[in-house]
Amino acid sequence: MGWTRKDLLTMRELDAGEITLLVDTAASLQEIATREIKKVPALRGKTIVNLFYEPSTRTRTSFEIAGKWLSADVINFSAGVSSTSKGESFIDTAKNIAAMSPDVVVVRHSSAGAAEVLARQLSCSVVNAGDGAHEHPTQALLDLLTIREKRGHFDGLHVAIVGDITNSRVARSNIHAMRKLGMTVTVAGPPTLIPPFVQELGVKVAYRLEDAIRDVDVIMMLRLQHERMQAGLIPSVREYSSYWGLTLDKLGRHARPDVLIMHPGPVNRGVELSPEVADGPYSVILDQVAKGVAVRMGVLLLLAGSKGAAAA
Amino acid sequence: MSTLIKHGRVIDPANGVDAVQDVLIADGKIERVGKNLVAPVGAEVVDAAGKVVCPGFIDIHVHLREPGYEYKETVATGTRAAAAGGFTAVACMANTNPVNDNGAVTDYILAKARVEGVVRVHPIGAVTKNLRGEELAELAELAEAGCVAFSDDGRCVMNAALYRRALEYTLPFGLPVISHAEDTHLSLGFTMNEGVVSTEIGLPGSPAAAEDVMVARDILLAELTGAHVHIAHLSTAGAVRLVRDGKARGVRVTAEVTPHHMILTEEAVRSYDANTKMAPPLRTKRDTEALVEALADGTIDCIATDHAPHALAEKEGEFDRAAFGIVGLETAVAVLMDRLVGPGLLPLGTLVSRLSRDPARLLNLPGGSLAAGAPADITILDPERKATVDPVKFRSKSRNTPFGGWTLTGGPWLTIVGGKVVRP
Repeated sequence: MGWTRKDLLTMRELDAGEITLLVDTAASLQEIATREIKKVPALRGKTIVNLFYEPSTRTRTSFEIAGKWLSADVINFSAGVSSTSKGESFIDTAKNIAAMSPDVVVVRHSSAGAAEVLARQLSCSVVNAGDGAHEHPTQALLDLLTIREKRGHFDGLHVAIVGDITNSRVARSNIHAMRKLGMTVTVAGPPTLIPPFVQELGVKVAYRLEDAIRDVDVIMMLRLQHERMQAGLIPSVREYSSYWGLTLDKLGRHARPDVLIMHPGPVNRGVELSPEVADGPYSVILDQVAKGVAVRMGVLLLLAGSKGAAAA
Repeated sequence: MSTLIKHGRVIDPANGVDAVQDVLIADGKIERVGKNLVAPVGAEVVDAAGKVVCPGFIDIHVHLREPGYEYKETVATGTRAAAAGGFTAVACMANTNPVNDNGAVTDYILAKARVEGVVRVHPIGAVTKNLRGEELAELAELAEAGCVAFSDDGRCVMNAALYRRALEYTLPFGLPVISHAEDTHLSLGFTMNEGVVSTEIGLPGSPAAAEDVMVARDILLAELTGAHVHIAHLSTAGAVRLVRDGKARGVRVTAEVTPHHMILTEEAVRSYDANTKMAPPLRTKRDTEALVEALADGTIDCIATDHAPHALAEKEGEFDRAAFGIVGLETAVAVLMDRLVGPGLLPLGTLVSRLSRDPARLLNLPGGSLAAGAPADITILDPERKATVDPVKFRSKSRNTPFGGWTLTGGPWLTIVGGKVVRP
């Protein structure tokens, strides 16, 4: 089956076949990273605009490398150094960029729904690179690719996502994708960081780390943002770390010996993950980052490549 | 100068009338209502066969935006929108710039209304200076200048002690205090209702409890002071229960509901269309059902639109940065006739009452009745009219409606203020 959508905005709107196509395409492109000359002509003559309204190092770099390895022209547009700091509105900026005829706009924005609003305005393809607390589909795809490479399949796996679920777009994209691929998802954290009615998304909820990580195949730890403490959601980083931080000791006592530890980055070392866990044998955090480039190449190729280009 | 409206179905809840009758208007007042009236010499005759003749509709919750936000709306455009939507009078909220917190601003609004308005305009004064919630506005002066109620609408007076003093201080004026009931700590940062949809689409939500705790507080303060507290834009099933309980205990509490809170739910926000963003937010189906039931049984006293015009630039782009509020004057009657009266959820007579007699009583306004001698403010409805909402044709300066493109059966046909036709 082929790709038919103009945009990649959410995992929620995709079906299992589409998700599998995205993961397969990314898998087939991984080999490019091992070449001496990391360049294929698939998107030669195509223009990709990275429109980043929120600071991001790894996602923006990952999209940029992906575009360049595919021979596209990649332009980075970051709020703060652009006209947005002069008061230009999101819609005006979008219209101005559209006037320059890009093929793909990759957008990162702190407002949920920003990618959808943009996609309605633009005739070119839009990739959601994270919109507020809504979705971050390419992160979910690289998580899925990492899991499949380590476990060989999706169906029947159990994943625990731990931390600030309320504010996590990574959690939402993964929940939707994993449920569609036949995985079980448990979300866990202090109740103040678990959004209301989250069970309606088809997940289990745990309020103790030990309960969440027992017998799961994958533990995905989320970054704790320090603002959460000021908002009165947790008493202190110290307490959070002591109850919700993942340590070798807790892993040894409660988790399976072959569990995978994932994190979308950047890691607060010593808060949600002890350094020994982040760098330890369970951790696949750097595999995730490496797979990010392949995933974004796959997404750009499916959206902007001509028919048959994937064979390049 | 007289006008005879013939053969219409007259619904006049204040006088217990629902029958095909004629209405004779003379010198801006209702002269007579009865069967087979004869037109005086020179009278204009309006054939209202098949139409519904009602006391003029009154919207007690409108933002006319003047002074200060004339790019969103003015007294001239807002009152034309009202007339187009079948309203003969509006009460306008105090969150202008400068705020209507002193008699001079009230004078200005009333002067504008006399010169440029086409329906009656009743200003509502602020409760606190500059709507800051810190010290009382000059409430006696506002009452004397012609304000019909007090409200910091758009903001909630969070300081319960100050609100208690406002309720006490205004007691001698006999004017209600209108509560924008929202605990701003519970609602902090919200853009929509907190629930399954907010969880899924990642927008910060405000729980129904943010409204309910404040409605409960305000009912208790009404009880403490003996004042009349009116709850603006009530939107939750929980607040309905609290008002019902307060009324049963004899507390002087009343409430209004908007069309959008009865017709739309949080599901509409999935589009990230900022025309589904308002305060209080769209709630759940359970809430909309409770609101319609409460409106039918009188727990909720009247309908008000919370007409809140905003310029396009304030309502496009990112949902969480967009302004709160939607326009309502030009869609309310048609939406309610199509979605509530049409399917049998609300009798037409009750709808008419909740738009005319009941708001008039609530704010002690002239109108709301077709009794002889009453002002000839009349709304005539066409139950058969079928039309598609086209925001481009609004008389309002603003277009921020979630109902654009809806095809609706039933709506306003003719609006008469003081005996004068103001629409079409």
